[in-house]
Amino acid sequence: MSDSGHYHFMKEIIECNGITKTYGAGDTAVTVLKEVTFSVKEGEFVAIMGPSGSGKSTLMHILGALDTPTSGEYLLDGSDVSRLSDDELAEIRRDKVGFVFQAFNLLPRTSVLRNVALPLVYANMPKEERERIAEKALDDAAFPRAFWSYHSNQISGGMMQRVAIARSLVNDPTLILADEPTGNLDSKTGEIVLHTFQTLNMQQGKTIVLITHEADIAAHAGRIIHIRDGTIVSDEKNRHRTMARGEREFSENGRPLSL
Amino acid sequence: MTTQDLWEETYGAVTVNKVRSGLTMLGIVIGIASVIALIAVGQGSQASVQANINSLGANLIMIMPGASRSFGTTVRGAAGSSETLTPDDANAIAAQVANVAAVAQEVQGRYQVVYGANNTNTTVLGTTPAYEQVRNVSVADGNWFTGADVTDSNLVAVIGPTVLQDLFAPNANASATPAMAIGQTIKVNGQLFTVIGVTVSKGGSGFNNQDDMIYVPLSAAQHYLLGSTSYLTEVDVEASTQQAMTQVQNDITNLLLERHGITDPTQADFNILNQASIVSAASSVTGTFTTLLAAIAAISLLVGGIGIMNMMLTTVTERTREIGLRKAIGAKKQDITLQFLAESVVLTFGGGVVGVVIGWLAATAISAVTGITTIISVPYILLAFCVSAGIGILFGYYPARRAAGLNPIEALRYE
Repeated sequence: MSDSGHYHFMKEIIECNGITKTYGAGDTAVTVLKEVTFSVKEGEFVAIMGPSGSGKSTLMHILGALDTPTSGEYLLDGSDVSRLSDDELAEIRRDKVGFVFQAFNLLPRTSVLRNVALPLVYANMPKEERERIAEKALDDAAFPRAFWSYHSNQISGGMMQRVAIARSLVNDPTLILADEPTGNLDSKTGEIVLHTFQTLNMQQGKTIVLITHEADIAAHAGRIIHIRDGTIVSDEKNRHRTMARGEREFSENGRPLSL
Repeated sequence: MTTQDLWEETYGAVTVNKVRSGLTMLGIVIGIASVIALIAVGQGSQASVQANINSLGANLIMIMPGASRSFGTTVRGAAGSSETLTPDDANAIAAQVANVAAVAQEVQGRYQVVYGANNTNTTVLGTTPAYEQVRNVSVADGNWFTGADVTDSNLVAVIGPTVLQDLFAPNANASATPAMAIGQTIKVNGQLFTVIGVTVSKGGSGFNNQDDMIYVPLSAAQHYLLGSTSYLTEVDVEASTQQAMTQVQNDITNLLLERHGITDPTQADFNILNQASIVSAASSVTGTFTTLLAAIAAISLLVGGIGIMNMMLTTVTERTREIGLRKAIGAKKQDITLQFLAESVVLTFGGGVVGVVIGWLAATAISAVTGITTIISVPYILLAFCVSAGIGILFGYYPARRAAGLNPIEALRYE
């Protein structure tokens, strides 16, 4: 593999071998992914970058166990999830994947805390334990405590995305998948969100795969995979990594700006 | 997903849009309320019809003259028009049939009855003292006439409470008391009778209303009112036990056929009715009535159920992204199905509870306003709860399966 030095002793979280995805059949069949092969090790921050129509969204769906490949093998945390039923995939997502979406996808008219704890509801975890874990996740996502009891539709976009990040952390996933997480945010709050991801990656060793079409967003990752027309065109370590500024750097007189 | 979580999710979803949930529930409320109210009315009238029939007397067998038939023709007269039952028939039944507790002989006619300035047209029944026992009549004030009154053809009368009111009320707004009547003389078809008693009200209505009747000794009626006829219009027999009814009825049939010299039972010149058959006939009529009412109410329940399905389908469409998210973070098909089924069941069951209360109030109001007896039975209330929850499952199942079957990728992208 093309990975450098210090990842060698880490185990592989994602192993894709010849992933192909075809929609439709016969003459109208469209192959969106063609023999995609790569792997991601524990603790990596990878950006998958490509223009729209490149197949990056389809790849994200397969990586997130939302979809299965037409052919090829996908191992997530060592187990093959490429041939599972819908409910088995749901279990994999519940236990191993944390999603952050462009549109946040929070439950409206529901408190921040309840939104964050929602994935644990499906793991049948008791309420007290759920809330304790959700509170820790909110701290990890740098979400201010004063807003914990607010409803998700009463807070700003930047805060919403950090609620979504906290939600992706509660099940202690082996993989966090972020699909255009800054797409609906202005550049300043987008940078704070990227800072949150970088902090989670570097301080807590979370494995993060970020899907984006913007080069300057992808520049925040430690490794960038370029995808075009369903195939990987380049996969290399990011030698000029951009470090995002966090909230503190943006604040004046100690008062947070984005809130 | 634990039961408590399911309940919290459901409560949140139902209360988020209270007006819409309320209007959807209204369909079920109206359906259940009308089922409860109409069944209460139906059962109430069934019970009151049965009570009326039972008040005629216990273990009662009624014998009436059959249709007259002339020799050599096939022309039949009206049932009861023939003169075939005699006091001797009645005496023979009393003497020869086993398990007979009492036999009452009756003649009947309708006459104009006058007291002072008041007059009424009512049924005058000439009978024997046994009538009091056989037909379960009791005297509230005064006395019933005796065997001696029948033997001596005494001109005495026992009147029903309706007759009392019609004849003795000082004016239309005041009510008459038995004391005003007892010892007074009333004129029946020009003949003077002394009132010796007033019967207890049985609350009957319609034909053969025992409250609107004057009872006189059989012989007095035969001699002074009917013109010396010796034929009877009815013989009532009380069997000693419920179990003996069939035997008594069969024995009477055989005895009368033999006495009247008839060999072919289909040519019998009398009819025998027993109370059980009247009760079952009347019950089947009121039962049909109740079923009809319930069927009409069930249609409104069906419409309510379709309303639930409509709302649930709208909800599923509105919450497509939410469903997509839930599936993305690990909800299984069953979790989604249960969540939406729970919502529809909560709506219909809530509607059912409110509907039972409103139906109960409506039934009480119907009784209060119209005087119709209504009966609310616990089994029907439990049934209403089960039916309302069942409607939730029935009409919520399709929307819930549709939600559970959504593809998470497409659902997350849904605009």
